[in-house]
Amino acid sequence: MTTFTAATTAETLATVAWAAAEETPLEILGHGSKRGIGRPLQTEHTLDLSKLSGVTLYEPAELVLSAKSGTPLAEIETLLAENGQQLAFEPLDYGPLLGDEKGKGTIGGVLAANLCGPRRLKAGAARDHILGIAAVSGRGEAFKSGGRVVKNVTGYDLSKLMANSWGTLAVLTDVTFKVLPAAETEVTLAVRGLLDDHAVAAMALALGSSAEVSSAAHLPERVAARVAGGSLGSTAATLLRVEGFGPSVAYRIAALKDLLGNAGPLEEISGEISHSLWRDIRDCAPFADGLEKPVWRVSMAPAQGHQMVLALRMQAAVDAFYDWQGGLIWLRMEHGDPEADLLRGLVRQYGGGHATLVRAAPSHRAAVPVFEPQAPHLAALSARLKAEFDPKAILNPGRMA
Amino acid sequence: MSGLLMPKPDDATMRRRDEIVADMRIIVPGEGVVDAANSMRAFESDGLTAYRQLPLVVVLPETVAQVSRVLKYCNDRNIRVVPRGSGTSLSGGALPLEDAVLLVMSRFNRILEIDFPNRIVVAQPGVTNLGITTAVEQEGFYYAPDPSSQIACSIGGNVAENSGGVHCLKYGLTANNVLGIEMVLMNGEVVRLGGKHLDAEGYDLLGVMTGSEGLLGVVTEVTVRILKKPETARALLIGFPTSEQGGQCVADIIGAGIIPGGMEMMDRPAIHAAEDFVHAGYPLDVEALLIVELDGPGVEVDHLIGLVEAIAYRNGSTTCRISQSEQERLSFWAGRKAAFPAVGRISPDYYCMDGTIPRKELPRVLHGMRELSEKYGLGVANVFHAGDGNLHPLILYDANVPGELDKAESFGADILRLCVKVGGVLTGEHGVGVEKRDLMPEMFNQIDLDQQMRVKCAFDPNHLLNPGKVFPQLRRCAELGRMHVHRGQTAFPDIPRF
Repeated sequence: MTTFTAATTAETLATVAWAAAEETPLEILGHGSKRGIGRPLQTEHTLDLSKLSGVTLYEPAELVLSAKSGTPLAEIETLLAENGQQLAFEPLDYGPLLGDEKGKGTIGGVLAANLCGPRRLKAGAARDHILGIAAVSGRGEAFKSGGRVVKNVTGYDLSKLMANSWGTLAVLTDVTFKVLPAAETEVTLAVRGLLDDHAVAAMALALGSSAEVSSAAHLPERVAARVAGGSLGSTAATLLRVEGFGPSVAYRIAALKDLLGNAGPLEEISGEISHSLWRDIRDCAPFADGLEKPVWRVSMAPAQGHQMVLALRMQAAVDAFYDWQGGLIWLRMEHGDPEADLLRGLVRQYGGGHATLVRAAPSHRAAVPVFEPQAPHLAALSARLKAEFDPKAILNPGRMA
Repeated sequence: MSGLLMPKPDDATMRRRDEIVADMRIIVPGEGVVDAANSMRAFESDGLTAYRQLPLVVVLPETVAQVSRVLKYCNDRNIRVVPRGSGTSLSGGALPLEDAVLLVMSRFNRILEIDFPNRIVVAQPGVTNLGITTAVEQEGFYYAPDPSSQIACSIGGNVAENSGGVHCLKYGLTANNVLGIEMVLMNGEVVRLGGKHLDAEGYDLLGVMTGSEGLLGVVTEVTVRILKKPETARALLIGFPTSEQGGQCVADIIGAGIIPGGMEMMDRPAIHAAEDFVHAGYPLDVEALLIVELDGPGVEVDHLIGLVEAIAYRNGSTTCRISQSEQERLSFWAGRKAAFPAVGRISPDYYCMDGTIPRKELPRVLHGMRELSEKYGLGVANVFHAGDGNLHPLILYDANVPGELDKAESFGADILRLCVKVGGVLTGEHGVGVEKRDLMPEMFNQIDLDQQMRVKCAFDPNHLLNPGKVFPQLRRCAELGRMHVHRGQTAFPDIPRF
C-alpha cells in the first residue's frame, strides 16, 4: 500500500504512467470527503492530489477562475466571496451526511462528482459551469479540453465528460470554472402546513410564474425542524428562494404572495436564517444524523417525485424531503435495508429518473449498485468509453460499477 | 473549394449505388429517398455555401426504426452517413460526401409533449428552434437559446452544434437547456440519455453529444426546458469614441454584478453598414456601439438601467439612449440583427468568422485585425457578443476576383490564430465542421486530438458517421487504441514516493 502524493502535473503524470505500465490500480483521492460514496475500492495504491493545489488564474471581470484540482473548495469559495462572486451551482458538502467534518472537498472532486445544490433548477450543476480541464488519462497521457471562455464549441466537450465520472476516466489536474456575481439580496418565502401533493402544486405554480424563483424545496412535517437550527419549527415548510437586487426581490416576493395567498399561511425569511436553511437543504442536514441508515438521492420529473414516495411508503418505512421543485428526493430508509429494487422499480413506474445510494454501510455498497444501473446499450457504450480513456482499468476500478 | 481534402470516396460504395438506393427505398418507402441529381441539388451545401457536393443519395426517414435500420445497414456495409437537420450550419457540418448517404431529419417535425408543470417540451429533432417557443408562448413560456437562424434551424441541429445566441450570456447554451435526448448509434442501437429529470446518472454523454457535430450519433428526440418569459425588457444604446472604452464598460457592468439578457457590440464599419441599411438611428461618429438589454420585472429593469447608464457615463460614452417603448427597443436591435445582410450590401461577398476571446483582449484583437486587414487588402466589419467574448468578424471580399476567396480564408485563419494566441478559441458557436477543421492543431496538440478521436471510437469505431468533419486527420481506432507503454523508462522505476 503506497500513497503517492503528487504536487505537480508532472508528478501526477509520472504516477499514472507508472501505474499504467505496471497495470496496477490507483484510488484517486482529493480530500476523501466523498470516499464513502460508490462501491468500496480495494486498490493497492493511492494517488493523493491534495497537494496539487492553488488558484492559478482568477479574473473577476472575466467571470473565470482556474485552479489545480486539489485546491480546497473552501479556499475558492472564500476568494470568490471576497470579490462578491460565487460558484452559482452551489456545490453541496457531503461531509455532514457521511459522518465527516464540514468544509472538506477539492475543486476537482466538485467536478468529478458533478456537485450542485438547490439552485440547480436555475443555475445548473458543475457540468454547466466547467469551461476547461487538463487531465491525465488512464493511458498515462496528459490532455486538455475546453478553454477559459464561456462560449466554446471547439472539439468534443471532454470537460463535461469528466462531470460525474468519479475519477474513473482520467485524473484531473486543472479545472477552469465560470464564476458569477453573488446575489445582493436573498429572501425566502415559506408556505406552511402543506401536504406533499399541495406543496408540489404550489412549487410548480411559483416556478411557472415570472418571479424567477431560484430554489424550491418542501420539508414535510418534522423534517422542517431539522434545518436552520430548528428556527422553522416542525410544521411542514414549502420554501421558495428569490435572489437578486433588493427592489427586484421585494417586488417578486410580493408577486409570489399574491400568487400563493390561498395556498396556506405565508412567512418571509431573510438574512442568515435564509442562508442557513438553504445550506442545510443543500447538504441534506435533516438526515445528517451520524447513523448508518441508508440515504438515497433520487432525481425525477418534479411533478412525479412525491407520487413515487407515496407508493414507496406503502411498502417501506421512509423519511423524505424534496428539493428542485419536488424533482430531487432525499430518502432515509428507516429499517436499514436500502430496498434498491423496490425503489428503482417505482422510479421507473413514475416516469423514470435515477436513484443513487449516497450513504450506506460498506456491505450494502458492495452488494447493491450504488449508481442507477443503465439500459444495456447505454451501459455498453459507457464501458467502451471507459476503455478508451483507461484501457487497463487502473483508475478507481469498480467505483461506479 | 480551396484545398480542402475530404475523405477519398470509397469505390466499392460508388459502384453499388443503385443497389443501395433500392435498399433505402425498402427501408424508407414512399417519397423518402431522393436520388436524382437535380432533386439532390437542394442538399448539396449547408449555410457555408462555398462548399458544395452532391451526396450518394438523400434519405428522409420518418420513424426511429427507419433511422436505426438505415444506420445499421450502412454500418454493416461500410457506407458513410452524413446527418442533416435544416442545413443552416455555418461551418459545413452538414456538407455531403460523394459516397455517403445524406440522412435528412426534416420529417421528424412534431412536438411530442408539452408539460407545463414540469416546464418541459419533448420534440422531434426536425422541429425548428423557434417552433418550440411558438408552441408554448400562448402560456407565456419560451425556449431560451436563440441562434440568429432560429426561424429555420432545427432543435436536433442545435444539439449537434451546441447553439448559442444573443441570450446565452444569461440563460445558457443549448447544453444548459437540454435535459435529454434519444439517439441512434451508427450500429443502429437506440440509446436514451437523461429525460425529464435533471442530471443523468453515469458519464455525461449528453454533455458530449451536445456540440459533437453529428459525428457520434443521430438525435431522434430532444427534451428541453422552457422558461417563463420575463415581464419586461428594455435596452440601452451606448456609443463610445474608442473600442477600449466600450470594452471597459462591458467589464464594469459585469464587475457590478449585472448579467444582462444581451450585450452586443459593433465596430465602426458594422455600425455604418447597418445604419445605411435599416436607418436604426445609430450614431455614426463613434468607434464602438454597445446594445445592453436588461430583462426581468419592471422594477428590476428600471433599477439596472440606472446602474448601467452611470457605468457608461463613467467610461466616457458620447451617446446613451434608453428605450422608452417596445418599438424603440426593437429599433435598437434592428441594426444589429440586420448586420450580416447590411454588410452583404457593401461587399459582393463576406466571410463570417466566429472566434471567442477573453473580453479584456478585445482592443488587442481589434488592433491585430486592422493590421491583418491592411496586409490582405480586405475590409472587415465586427459584430461582437460582448458579454461572452464571442467575435463575429465579417471579412469583405469578392468571389469573382480570382484569388480573393483564398485571401479571405487566409485572413480568417489568421484572425482565429490570433484569438487562440490571446487565450481564446477557434469557434464560439458555429462549430468546427470542415471550415475550421485544419486549424484544430492551433488549439490542440496530437494527444488532445487523439483523446477526442477515442471518444469517437467508442461511438463509431469505423468512422462512418460524418467523416471529414472536425478532425484534421482521421486515425484508425485500432491504432488509437494501442497503449504506448515504456516499461522501466518512467521517471520512477522503483515506485515513486513524492
